[in-house]
Amino acid sequence: MIYLDTIIQGVLLGGLYALFALGLSLIFGIMRLVNLAHGDLMILGAFAVLVGVDALGLPIPLAAVLAGIFMFMVGYALQYVLLNRTLGRDILPPLLVTFGLSIILQNGMLETFSADTQRLNMGGLQEASISLFGGLAIGMVPLITFISAIVVILFLNWLFYSTETGRAFRATSDNPQIAQLMGIDNDRIFALAMALAMVIVAIAGLYLGARATFDPLIGPSRLIFAFEAVIIGGLGSFWGTLAGGIILGLAQTFGAQINPEWQILSGHIVFLIILVIRPKGLFPRVTG
Amino acid sequence: MLLEIRNLNRKFGAIVVADDVTLDVEEGEAVGIIGPNGAGKSSLFNLITGVLRPDSGQISLQGKDITRMPARNRVSLGIGRSFQIPQPFEHMTVFENTSVAACFGRNARERDVQDDVVAILHQTGLLPHANLPAGSLSLLERKRLEMARSLATNPQLLLLDEIAGGLTDAECQGLIRTIRDINDTGTTIIWIEHVTHALLAVVSRLIAIDFGKIIAQGNPAEVMASEVVQNIYLGIE
Repeated sequence: MIYLDTIIQGVLLGGLYALFALGLSLIFGIMRLVNLAHGDLMILGAFAVLVGVDALGLPIPLAAVLAGIFMFMVGYALQYVLLNRTLGRDILPPLLVTFGLSIILQNGMLETFSADTQRLNMGGLQEASISLFGGLAIGMVPLITFISAIVVILFLNWLFYSTETGRAFRATSDNPQIAQLMGIDNDRIFALAMALAMVIVAIAGLYLGARATFDPLIGPSRLIFAFEAVIIGGLGSFWGTLAGGIILGLAQTFGAQINPEWQILSGHIVFLIILVIRPKGLFPRVTG
Repeated sequence: MLLEIRNLNRKFGAIVVADDVTLDVEEGEAVGIIGPNGAGKSSLFNLITGVLRPDSGQISLQGKDITRMPARNRVSLGIGRSFQIPQPFEHMTVFENTSVAACFGRNARERDVQDDVVAILHQTGLLPHANLPAGSLSLLERKRLEMARSLATNPQLLLLDEIAGGLTDAECQGLIRTIRDINDTGTTIIWIEHVTHALLAVVSRLIAIDFGKIIAQGNPAEVMASEVVQNIYLGIE
């Protein structure tokens, strides 16, 4: 029974990691941009919700929606004004610029919000759980997190495969030069993709802040989980990213079961093993 | 006049791809371009579509100066192009490839262009393959998809770059018919082609280019028979 509990916790944790990773996967898939500031943007998303709750006194759902809108605008502007200029044949400029952005974000948040650890208070939901047979219980927050991840993936798949915008995303991802000759404005498509990724980042920030404490400097350590989930799952596949998140979540909860100090380490070990056996991940879609 | 090119120049270092090119194309015309490899034929297309910027000179479409206009805006003005080496969006279906071109080339919603996309796929013989990923197509089908996509942007001026190369005779005949049909419906065509018999079956005017310069133009038979073309172009074949 204890194993069943561990499995459930691990899978649900995977939902959170998938949310961390989906924005990263989306951005890499469309414009081959590795965003090293992704983790810090996630923390920015969490702080955006916190500001809504603490400073403006809004209820969490409303604060989250506003944070999502804020992050959408941040993402669009960031891509349109800054990151589009770094894209090209050379992969180094976007890495350097997003690395610099990561440092700026960390210090900017440190200056604004201080180094205090914060937490988003979900109210009664925080401790609520659903009881199952045999004394098993599922926490409401992890469950809602997992369901959110699935909803986000369903939305992304619908967007990508059933809408004009999604086709433009895929066309640009496939061949940006040709896409331009079809009348597609790559700069705007990239900006829209980043804006979308930042909305997912805001959702991830919300649940990150609800599940555990966060502070302005914690972004990079969360970014590692996002990278691991994306790479385990295989680049470019959203369901693969969820699977990657779940595998990482399971590895961590089982590791913690053996020895609480092994939680993070066992996740990394499983990641390394998969990287050795299947360097392209378990469900790769993007090639070349 | 649909297309007016005035004194167009472009160099890559020492290589001249456009040397004082001046060219007029009338509405509804079908113009052929021949010339040896590296003569600047495809570069001329790149200049017209806006992928390449000229060092000097002017390009106008229907009297509007488009010399500095970005490539994507020229698409909605009515310049369509198919590539010598087909470059479909490999991970998308044939229908999606064509639909993307139709939506964004015309600034239209998908439901408004759907019937047109089907008609174009029918016209180019791709309808049976509509739901296959473009990456799985044969060479002929890829070439047809190139044409379908450029047609989907609803061009007034269609630039075709060596689409007959590598095809069998029967395939080539089919292609000629398709291009004639397109021209008959009022679309102006400029066609670069090494397969001269295919070209001559369609075009009413022929232009020969070498070292980025127009060396002969006019009646196709006369251009083919002219001494410069015999020397420079056919001598190399």
